[in-house]
Amino acid sequence: MIINHPLLGPCDAQEFTYKGDARLIDRPDGMADGADAAFYNYAYLRDNPAGQHRELWFHEQGDRSWLVVTRNTVTHEITQVELARDVARKSGRSA
Amino acid sequence: MHDLAPLTALAGTTPVQDSIGPVTITEAPDWALASVAARLGQEKACSTALASVLGADIPGVAAHTQGPAMSAFWTGPHIWIVEAPYDSHEDLAAMLSAKLGECASVTEQSDAWVRFDVTGDGIERLFERLCNLDLAKLGQGAARRSVIEHLGCYVIRGTEGIHVYGPRSSAQSLHHALTSAARAVF
Repeated sequence: MIINHPLLGPCDAQEFTYKGDARLIDRPDGMADGADAAFYNYAYLRDNPAGQHRELWFHEQGDRSWLVVTRNTVTHEITQVELARDVARKSGRSA
Repeated sequence: MHDLAPLTALAGTTPVQDSIGPVTITEAPDWALASVAARLGQEKACSTALASVLGADIPGVAAHTQGPAMSAFWTGPHIWIVEAPYDSHEDLAAMLSAKLGECASVTEQSDAWVRFDVTGDGIERLFERLCNLDLAKLGQGAARRSVIEHLGCYVIRGTEGIHVYGPRSSAQSLHHALTSAARAVF
């Protein structure tokens, strides 16, 4: 499997490690009301789709950037690769 | 008082050099290294300041640039490693930290790495066996990180050959990988 890194171009998937659902970016506020339920949901409840899935990959043996990869879990086709930093910033999570 | 003799990463008093076929692999201990990471929100200020310290453009993605006294290569978004001759820049990290100020985090790296300079005809064929990178496509001035013998290494295409930086604590393993691959190819 080849992951088309947004900065470095096509890279072998062996250079990456897999983290999981890209929803992990949306860590709830631990001080907010209802934080218990929000963290239960965040830590344990995941969708497990047969089809398109947004997931976090780490370019461990490359430039060590975190990527959000949109991958079809049935065909392994990758349709979109973004820097996780950009995704997080777009959702207002980082400076 | 202790009487300690400096040793190279391969535990010799002089750098190891191997000539195998057309290729020469030389241990290069005389380099001072420091990493420079731009702090959050300071990316532009850090890039400008680093360019002025280098006396050259900062390296773009996966690139290496040479300044008058120092050179630098890209290791990740807004992170670079600066190289300079050890004799003239023993205090490289302290000097960079003082010059770059609050916009960057600078870390001493000299003792973390072993460097091998690989020169000669056909080094593309050698690196085909060693790592994932397509050397035929990496032009001069390219700098990438890849895996050689399970070790995360920087591979830099210089004017005279390829420079490999690998973890110093695994210097013997990396040296073994480079020389065995060269013997297999040539």
